Amino acid sequence: MRVSLFITCYNDTLFPETGKAVVRVLERLGHTVDFPAGQTCCGQMHWNTGYQDEAMPLLQRFVDQFRDSEAVVSPSTSCIAMMKDHYPLMAERLKDEKLKAEVAELLPRVWEFSQFLTQKLGLEDVGAYYPHRVTYHASCHGLRSLHLGDGPQRLLRAVRGIDLVEIENLEQCCGFGGTFAIKNAEVSSAMLSEKIRGVLNTRAEAVTGCDNSCLMHIGGGLHRERTGVRPVHLAEILASEEGDGL
Amino acid sequence: MSGQALDPTTAPKFQVAAKALMGDSQLRKNVRHATNVIQAKRARVVQEMPDWQELRESGKQIRQHTMRHLDFYLEMFERNCTAAGGVVHWARNAEEARQIVVGLVKASGANGVSPTEVIKIKSMTTEEIQLNKALEAAGIHAYETDLAELIIQLGHDQPSHIVVPALHKNRSQIREIFKREMKLPGVDFSELGGTPQDLADAARKFLREKFLRVQTAVSGANFLVAETGGVCIVESEGNGRMCLTLPETLISVAGIDKVVPTFQDLEVLLQLLPRSATGERMNPYNSIWTGVDKAPSGGDGPRAFHVVLMDNARTEILADEESRQTLHCIRCGACQNACPVYQQTGGHAYGSVYAGPIGAILTPQLMEMHHAQSLPYASSLCGACYEVCPVKINIPEVLIHLRNKVVKQQSSGFNILANPEVMALKAVAKVFQSEAVFRVSQKMGRLAELPLSRKDGQGVGWIDWLPGMLGGWTQVRDLRVMPKQTFREWFEERAKTAPGRRSGDKAGEGGKNGH
Repeated sequence: MRVSLFITCYNDTLFPETGKAVVRVLERLGHTVDFPAGQTCCGQMHWNTGYQDEAMPLLQRFVDQFRDSEAVVSPSTSCIAMMKDHYPLMAERLKDEKLKAEVAELLPRVWEFSQFLTQKLGLEDVGAYYPHRVTYHASCHGLRSLHLGDGPQRLLRAVRGIDLVEIENLEQCCGFGGTFAIKNAEVSSAMLSEKIRGVLNTRAEAVTGCDNSCLMHIGGGLHRERTGVRPVHLAEILASEEGDGL
Repeated sequence: MSGQALDPTTAPKFQVAAKALMGDSQLRKNVRHATNVIQAKRARVVQEMPDWQELRESGKQIRQHTMRHLDFYLEMFERNCTAAGGVVHWARNAEEARQIVVGLVKASGANGVSPTEVIKIKSMTTEEIQLNKALEAAGIHAYETDLAELIIQLGHDQPSHIVVPALHKNRSQIREIFKREMKLPGVDFSELGGTPQDLADAARKFLREKFLRVQTAVSGANFLVAETGGVCIVESEGNGRMCLTLPETLISVAGIDKVVPTFQDLEVLLQLLPRSATGERMNPYNSIWTGVDKAPSGGDGPRAFHVVLMDNARTEILADEESRQTLHCIRCGACQNACPVYQQTGGHAYGSVYAGPIGAILTPQLMEMHHAQSLPYASSLCGACYEVCPVKINIPEVLIHLRNKVVKQQSSGFNILANPEVMALKAVAKVFQSEAVFRVSQKMGRLAELPLSRKDGQGVGWIDWLPGMLGGWTQVRDLRVMPKQTFREWFEERAKTAPGRRSGDKAGEGGKNGH
């Protein structure tokens, strides 16, 4: 299958390794990956912070970039949730019938990375090797908007060498919430502190998930406290193989 | 929290109030404990319902239908309530509602003597309009008879939860309040014990005397049944039932959003409400009263019954297509218990009697977006509230809509110049509208952050201080600097060096996490 990668703005800029890992996994599974160069951002930050007008043009951009794609895959639950939850509404508000039809036609081909593997491709074992103790953080958008369920955990359980331990407060928000972490820094910090306690209680070496924004938040706290626990996107675990020198 | 009423027109911003409250570790422990207990109870009684999701959908449909035809059902309620012997009053706003109630209380005395006391059933609507203060100003003391509201009143405190108003207090704090504040001739509360039984006994003694003496009662309403003109209240203690049955005059204040079309609709709502609110299958006391008993011999219940139907910005909310679902709320408080933000701060941080996620959307709208503008941002949009809402109010969606209203106000005219956030986010939006500009910005970002970067032992740069509002991030979190190469730069370079490649042989050594 020809898969178009929507890397998302923050993964492109801050977490290129996650994108590389997605490419590696998909190519290992025999698929071709392309990267429409005009892509930038899904509009989530603006939309969720109240800047609806500013998010609108990004809808048209996304459709222009991906309308011919066989499948669009993105390693970010919150960006996919943004598109699935709001793009139809945005097109509706723009009163643009053509765009509305295009959005309706395109969205079913848009997949969050783990969902693409488990639901579209029907896979659990993607041939990965990762000999580390790992805990999984279920990001809110993956959990409550995309309904990923235990899909990511099934992928992780099939990884050879992994020691997967469940975190106590799996379904609890890490406190990131985009601009919430800045606007309500105190409350966000308190929420993060609880999440970190959960991570540390698992004695895991790495915390993984399907959204680098949560992982950046949790990882930022873990680093501040010099815990030595590292954040690592699910795609990077699935990309790892024996012989990588892990 | 002092006796100062929770008033969104004067309350500090959520961030400021939250910071102060989060320093109170006892309060945080109480809130955490109480919300965890209620959440667990709720989960048990929800899980046992095979048709819970269908029930939620029914609840949503009933509320949606009612709001769509609100004028019709309100008039139907008025007709039927009047026919049953009730008197219906209409209040456009809080001020009118207060005046009506004060007038009715004054007129309710026997032999032309105005009463100086009323007994009250727990009612958030009367809290919303600060009724007790208005009654006090008119020389009328209101006794709260709900146990939690009594604790709040005696403690000169404010409610912090719509169902469990004293949730922020623990048992020993309550005991201290009772010992200090409970005064009843011939009874000594100063040696009060600390068991739940002791506290309930004390409250019983204290309240019983009011029930038997005071002849005018004020209540809210959980539901108004249009079809019959009946008013419904559910409660746990039976103290509400006392207020409904013993006094000669009963005055019920209800927001116009409380109406339901038919008696049968209660079948759905009275399943959803107790399971969501207190984790009970059914409320211990379900009272529905319709008008007055007109038998000449004089039956049970009050001789005079009034309903005050209050708008207070509800029609404004109804007019907004995107946020009218706010009015579907049946005040169960499940969203408050489930909210990780509320769990950290408790209810007082919201500066309104409506706290938590529902308060964050309801309060600013009740203020017609003139006050409480920090509340729509008091959420990480985690969606836990939407998940538990018994009538499926998409609270995150409404929060986002209200944020948009706030941004529009902040960006209008010269306001924008006073707001660096608005200017920054508008500038960033422009960046995303051009791939070329985006690329340049990524490069500039790498340069701009250089002076802030400090290398760790592995040679990876980290930022532990950021200026201005971004400093909120580095308060407790580090930020890794941008890698030298963006993903798109890597992808293009790879295509150039090995055009047409498709095998994944060591594509960027993805497994090493790049750290």
